[in-house]
Amino acid sequence: MDRLTKDDVHPKILQKLLEDTDITVEDALENEMILNMGPQHPATHGVLRLLLRLDGETVIGCVPDVGYLHRGYEKMAENMSYYEFIPHTDRLDYISPMANNVAWVLAVEKLAGIEVPVRAQYIRMMIAELARIASHLVAIGSFAMDVGALTVLLWTFREREKILDIWDILCGARFTNSYTRIGGVANDAQPEALAKAKWFVDQLDGNLAECERLLNTNRIFIERLDGIGVISKEDALSYGYTGPNLRASGVEFDLRRATPYLQYDKVDFKIPTFTEGDCLARYFVRADEVRESAKIIRQVLQLMPQGEIKANLPKSVLPQKVEVYSKMEELIHDFMIVNFGINPPVGEVYHAIEGSKGELGFYLVSKGEGHPWKCKIRSPSFIHIQSLPHLVKGRMISDIVAIIGSIDPVMGEADK
Amino acid sequence: MELKELISQKLKDNFPQAELDFSEFRNEFNVKFNKKFVNPICKFLREDSELEFLLCEDVTAVDWAKRKNRFTVVYHIFSLKHNFRLVLKADVDESDCAIDTVSSVWKTSNWQERETYDMYGIKFNNHPDLRRIYMPEEFEYYPLRKEFPLLGIPGSLPLPKK
Amino acid sequence: MGLEAKLRGDGFFVTKLDAVVAWARKNSVYPMPMGISCCAIEMMAAADPKYDIARFGSEVMRFTPRQCDLMIVAGTVTYKMSHVVKKIYDQMPDPKWVIAMGACTSSGGMYRSYSVVQGIDQFLPVDIYVGGCPPRPDNLLNALIQIQDKIGRTRARDFQNLKLPELNVIQNN
Repeated sequence: MDRLTKDDVHPKILQKLLEDTDITVEDALENEMILNMGPQHPATHGVLRLLLRLDGETVIGCVPDVGYLHRGYEKMAENMSYYEFIPHTDRLDYISPMANNVAWVLAVEKLAGIEVPVRAQYIRMMIAELARIASHLVAIGSFAMDVGALTVLLWTFREREKILDIWDILCGARFTNSYTRIGGVANDAQPEALAKAKWFVDQLDGNLAECERLLNTNRIFIERLDGIGVISKEDALSYGYTGPNLRASGVEFDLRRATPYLQYDKVDFKIPTFTEGDCLARYFVRADEVRESAKIIRQVLQLMPQGEIKANLPKSVLPQKVEVYSKMEELIHDFMIVNFGINPPVGEVYHAIEGSKGELGFYLVSKGEGHPWKCKIRSPSFIHIQSLPHLVKGRMISDIVAIIGSIDPVMGEADK
Repeated sequence: MELKELISQKLKDNFPQAELDFSEFRNEFNVKFNKKFVNPICKFLREDSELEFLLCEDVTAVDWAKRKNRFTVVYHIFSLKHNFRLVLKADVDESDCAIDTVSSVWKTSNWQERETYDMYGIKFNNHPDLRRIYMPEEFEYYPLRKEFPLLGIPGSLPLPKK
Repeated sequence: MGLEAKLRGDGFFVTKLDAVVAWARKNSVYPMPMGISCCAIEMMAAADPKYDIARFGSEVMRFTPRQCDLMIVAGTVTYKMSHVVKKIYDQMPDPKWVIAMGACTSSGGMYRSYSVVQGIDQFLPVDIYVGGCPPRPDNLLNALIQIQDKIGRTRARDFQNLKLPELNVIQNN
């Protein structure tokens, strides 16, 4: 490594270095320290940088610095058609990839006014709930690992591998699978995949209870989390919380009930709510939501009708490959849709779903062309990280790790 | 239906000079107004006991790439009491690229406005901490404006030496 | 690295000593997971009970660079993050190897935009590129086996006290 010269240092920092002429401290009792909990850290769930002002071990102030994974999604969306953006939505919240696909195609279908057949809606519900279970398993596992219980991470990852196997059979990819299409889903759900999903939810309860036996009555776990990172109901709403974090503070708000989309009004599920608003409450909400999602999947597997899986609109929905290679009209439609995109009417639309971290929304502005004029991604992790300074004030450094784990941010979503 | 009429009636009564304009698309209710009334209208919508728009979901801007009123700042707010979403819009001209902040009404709009400033260059008056959030501090351009190329401007972001 | 580096030539004793040292080095590669985005999840999946990475000797994933010899860069590297990656690479002691995991680190991947570095070989010397978005855990284990083969072919005289650019040339042939 070459020695740093004057040109490598930023001019503002250089000026500060030249001004600071002695190493003495004015006040003998001044013992504040600025610590950088850098972007590369085992406990920050991705590339999040925190600048901490510490008095010994107590945190006085905290400034989060995001943007280390800013990949320019919104600018790229303005330059590619609605179909081409579907693989990109996978990489947003990369722990529950199917849910982002569902959110994007729902927003585009709302803009273009496309009706989706019922079987496709049920399949989308099933994969969205499987994505929620996968995400909560990782959240519980890594949260427990941050606090000190290393075994739970390996057990929850073992359960998650079973979900990835189901997705592998369903669409060919274990992870970042772009399974949904505008107007339906890519291919029909095989009976093998559905049988495996049923087997999975039946044995999930036992394995989850095994993990909970290690944690729920563990004195170290409870003392490490009880009363830490408390946020009140009014503050939570003011800071824009949605999802499990809001439900742990006492507000019973779930987008699947408030503005139902897909077929969520036909299935029956509870909304777990706790009132304390601390880290332990957020953990309990997630554990209960896994069970509620398993209940939803059981009902979906019973209610799923036979039928088509793609809407029958030749100008907007990609036709089947078999027909593209044999018939003329489908070939022309395929060519037009892939090259010029579907052309929704002029207008703007905002559609949000209840993702596993909170409310994931897409705001689309269309000027009648094949690509959006503007796309804004409302990501819940970005909003939740904003409230970190409020939560960690007065706490110790080891509590910061527990608080970040309980908020459960994913930097791919927060940095877009 | 009555909720939309209730909102439009209340806004027309309390802010007659705000040049209100109501429209609807795909079952979403949009309200457009003069940008000087952003703070009073948002405060009213949040504190009114019948409406209670407590959750601010999104603050963003749209670049129309035309000479007059180039940007539109868009707010999405949600009322948990009625399960209703409202879209507020305010036009901002490029020559006077500033609008009042609403971070005193909803704390969540702090970072959302910082992101809008970083991406579009729209300044927010009285914002507690207006600086860039995604791009590095020394970056000189505004990426989401329509004249910024997708591949970026070579040399604008430094890379470490091999 | 001190005594055996002084031994030059290709006699029986030196080559056997080289083979033993290389065998020990390759079967205990400690990876430093530079997990940035989605590929990090597949790297964690390579460490879970189904695709055990511990059976290849990479028992611990140390998060401190001072104790590792293999850096797995997993995830999209942006311009803002590239300085951090380079700093951590510089903090690792020699000998060190780099795996560029996934499409984003090999060539920028599906992100042709203003803030993504189009391939980390613009500022880091890379040994193995793993394709895939994200690569399956089996793919990552294949890359680890190839790195182990590469380490098995090294000789002690490669790691003498050379200036840095020459060391880069020898390590990356």
